[in-house]
Amino acid sequence: MSRVHDMGGRFGDGPVVPEPEGEVFHAEWHKRALAVTLASGSLGQWNIDISRHARESLAPMDYTAFTYYEKWMAGLAELLVARGVLTEADLAGGTDADPHPLADRKLTAEAVPEVLARGGPADRDSDTAPVFKPGDRVVTRRLAQNTLVAGGHTRLPRYAAGARGEILRYHGTHVLPDSNAHDLGEAPEPLYAVVFPASELWAQPEHPNDEVVLDLWQSYLAPA
Amino acid sequence: MPHDDPHHPHSLLPSDPALRVKALETVLTRKGLIDPAALDAIIDTYETKIGPRNGAHVVAKAWTDPAFLQALRDDATQAVADLGYYGRQGEHLVVVENTPKRHNMVVCTLCSCYPWPLLGIPPGWYKSDAYRARAVREPRAVLADFGVTLPEQTAVRVWDSTAEVRYLVLPMRPEGTDGMDAEALAALVSRDSMIGTGLVEALR
Repeated sequence: MSRVHDMGGRFGDGPVVPEPEGEVFHAEWHKRALAVTLASGSLGQWNIDISRHARESLAPMDYTAFTYYEKWMAGLAELLVARGVLTEADLAGGTDADPHPLADRKLTAEAVPEVLARGGPADRDSDTAPVFKPGDRVVTRRLAQNTLVAGGHTRLPRYAAGARGEILRYHGTHVLPDSNAHDLGEAPEPLYAVVFPASELWAQPEHPNDEVVLDLWQSYLAPA
Repeated sequence: MPHDDPHHPHSLLPSDPALRVKALETVLTRKGLIDPAALDAIIDTYETKIGPRNGAHVVAKAWTDPAFLQALRDDATQAVADLGYYGRQGEHLVVVENTPKRHNMVVCTLCSCYPWPLLGIPPGWYKSDAYRARAVREPRAVLADFGVTLPEQTAVRVWDSTAEVRYLVLPMRPEGTDGMDAEALAALVSRDSMIGTGLVEALR
């Protein structure tokens, strides 16, 4: 089975509640949660795939009960300890004030604009050549699971596992999350936008012509 | 890496979320790992500098400048970077165009991927379980939650952001706006219309 975060297609969630455009944060602590997370990421001790995996690895009871930024804070606390940046004693409040070996990596206020503007592009050169082209018929892996690590990170949602679709667009070669989330290297490979008829994914699609597109790595796909 | 065991370091933090954030910020600051002034700078960026008006600028320019529209189709990342919109969570951009026959809508079912440089921090509903769960299976029912009904001849294409590619919906330019310049048009373009949960309507 997949993890609790993989909720595409799930029943029973109720209405989506729109909100006005100017409402960026709903509480003061949400702002701090976002900023603490980004600033901690700048210490360079993990990548985006590792941080996504940390959040989705929260116990299902916590993932379900936590609000959005609570998940971020919990994932961050787990990561800081798992990567050896902080100790559990630090989290429990018993911290000392000795200089930290990573302190010289601290994100300064002056560096914020440059760091946010630079971003973290995921395209990389790869030795793996694309084997599909737009219009090719493909089928996704039947199991929406990481093939390298049991219970590991993957970006193939369960609802699209074993589904037949068509290559819509080639995005070039990108870092493979299934590898990068587990310190196994970036392992870049071809990435495609793949289009699926809604009728391939759902027993009762709303409309016969509706479609869903997912970005999928070449190793998720086989010819159909 | 986090492991699947019942022990959770995060449970050492206070249970109240605001205090939990404060506790983390305090210990990281005391260790010299974060600078509170940098946090303020990050918050200020997303509260006052980066938001959906950037995307609206892109949309209005695409409506009024055929060369820019073509540049968006050829390489949207470069085209919007040339306008000054690039950065975190916007490193690979694709613009998808609505037509009378196809309506595009964007979701991230696995987390909350969203084109930050063009739309800012995603709204609460975009990150909600309800939107993540339902948008791919019943987009028309979700659109109804936003008061939007599509014509029967319009197919819906939902884009699930499963990689680092970020999608911006180019809504259809409403009729009766021929005389408007790009600035006036941008004012009509809502955030939701660029996610695909809204349409752009001419002012009456």
